[in-house]
Amino acid sequence: MSRRKFRGTIIELIALILSLLVLSPFILVIFNAAKKSAAIVISPIAPPDNWGQMIVNLQNVIHNQNFSYWRSFSSSLFITIVSLGLLTLFSSMAAWVLVRNKTRWSNVIFMTFVAAMVIPFQVVMLPLLSTFRELSSFIGIRLLSSYTGIIIAYLGFGGSMSIFILHGFIKGVPRELEEAAWIDGCSPEGTFFKIVFPLLKPVQMTVLILNGIWIWNDYLLPSLMLGLNGRIKTLPVAVSSFVGSYVKQWDLILAAAFLAMIPIIILFLLAQKQIIQGMVEGAIK
Amino acid sequence: MDGNAKKVVFMLPVLLGVLMVIYALYLDLFYKNMAYRGILLVLGFLLVIAGLYFLPGKRHRMIVNGLFLLPLLGAFVITVLIPFLFGIFYSFTNWNGIGFTQVVGLANYVNMFRSPDYLYSLVITFLFTVVNMIFVNFTAFALALLCTSGARGRNFYRASFFLPNLIGGIVLGYVWQFIFNKVFPSLFKGSLSMLTDPDLAFLAILIVSTWQYAGYIMMIYVTGLQSVPKDVLEASGVDGANGLKTLFHIKLPMIANTFTVCIFLTLVNSFKQFDLNFAITNGAPSRILGAKAIASTEFLALNIYNTAIAKNQYAQGQTKAVVFFIILAIVSLTQVTISKRREIEL
Repeated sequence: MSRRKFRGTIIELIALILSLLVLSPFILVIFNAAKKSAAIVISPIAPPDNWGQMIVNLQNVIHNQNFSYWRSFSSSLFITIVSLGLLTLFSSMAAWVLVRNKTRWSNVIFMTFVAAMVIPFQVVMLPLLSTFRELSSFIGIRLLSSYTGIIIAYLGFGGSMSIFILHGFIKGVPRELEEAAWIDGCSPEGTFFKIVFPLLKPVQMTVLILNGIWIWNDYLLPSLMLGLNGRIKTLPVAVSSFVGSYVKQWDLILAAAFLAMIPIIILFLLAQKQIIQGMVEGAIK
Repeated sequence: MDGNAKKVVFMLPVLLGVLMVIYALYLDLFYKNMAYRGILLVLGFLLVIAGLYFLPGKRHRMIVNGLFLLPLLGAFVITVLIPFLFGIFYSFTNWNGIGFTQVVGLANYVNMFRSPDYLYSLVITFLFTVVNMIFVNFTAFALALLCTSGARGRNFYRASFFLPNLIGGIVLGYVWQFIFNKVFPSLFKGSLSMLTDPDLAFLAILIVSTWQYAGYIMMIYVTGLQSVPKDVLEASGVDGANGLKTLFHIKLPMIANTFTVCIFLTLVNSFKQFDLNFAITNGAPSRILGAKAIASTEFLALNIYNTAIAKNQYAQGQTKAVVFFIILAIVSLTQVTISKRREIEL
């Protein structure tokens, strides 16, 4: 028994050391975001002498014109929330129609969505810009460097996987529920919003988390569609253009990285279980 | 109101909407400067939809279905389908991002396979994919075994292994650039940054990529390992199988489909690697190959991006992207087919 206990302790020790090792880059960010750049040159590993410097660094970065933290933070938040809301609503609606109406066309549409998952973003990114430019001048509504355009793009790119996950789930929802509502005089759209939509909550959580992590962290799409120095910037784009203009000023760069990381870390600490579960379930399905 | 009166009433918005759309299109084609044509177009479109929705009739259900499909399908068509088809077409032209003057046939494809930087990035992308797949899956599986061994505090270390995966590759890439350029040289006094040597820079990206992704794959393995029935494990313990035997003869075969999922995910993910590559090295340092300097860590996705955006060769970049898609499709389909077959055998 004592030998087994000993083994258990060893395993725990290894796990602890490994997790500290995995976390060490984050620790280094926190340490060095609280130093002056001279102190970083002397020792980038040591804890800072004066934590007060962190506030100075963070303030410097927050007020920096190239980073404009609050503006890019709120742009990122706005884009993520609106895209996620619309994506969840529209993909649930579309998946429901595709499951409940078995025709040749619904099959073709579903298969097109699924097949599109293989398309890497690089194939569509350049023609996407020219399509949006043309469309934009045709309908007279701004699509490039605008919230409308990027949200439509996230709907399009997030649609495939969301439909795929929801489609699988809706197939398992008993049809009798809907038929009962129908007999009671509920309209088709009423049936969906009152009966089906609330039932989809668990799988919508998965869709929300998977798309949320991706949209929040995405760099390439917003950098192309909004531009690197446009009036709207997401947080990753802001970090990147900040690094570009303050090359090797690590105290500022790491303070910016710290600010970019902190929202999602807080979110993770609050909803750890749901986030892990959502992402894993999305992958397995 | 009876059905017929309703029909007449709601035909009006439909007709009005159609007229507005036609007028907007007319404006668009002849007087390009009319500022309200976009709003007119959208309003007209919405009016048609609303009118159709309220119009009573047998086709009501079909109209509702169409309306439910429309938003997502519309977004999908204009962001994925049309650009994809145009993208394939552009790869046969001398497209410059705005328009093209002639169809050049296969010239872009021929040029692409003649350019050494593309062939080089093709090779290292394959290399990276294979090695990264092994690194990530090996690490992730080892971590998963550790996390299911029943040690105390496992929630803490599970969460800490998982955390890097939540932060975007761009931000992490800059952080790691700092670690390679400042922290490591200060830990190992007198050593140069790993990012100045072509081979070590490749290794650096591998390390970060494994660090970032292993925690995610680990959670999938954990889910798989937890799905192995307890009584089977107990039975093997009673029969006298030790830990290793249980692992190889019971756990591994029982979670074969978890391996399929994980290998597929890491394969596709490594092949598409862009953010880390862009933020850590952006292709540097250069390597001399046959009297020509070539970006030594420029993977395919970054090579496509640089060709189009940095060098302004849109048609060439698009051609590379089309080939990228074909390779990715072949590789992932082959992988799924092979592992599915293996699963059945087991």
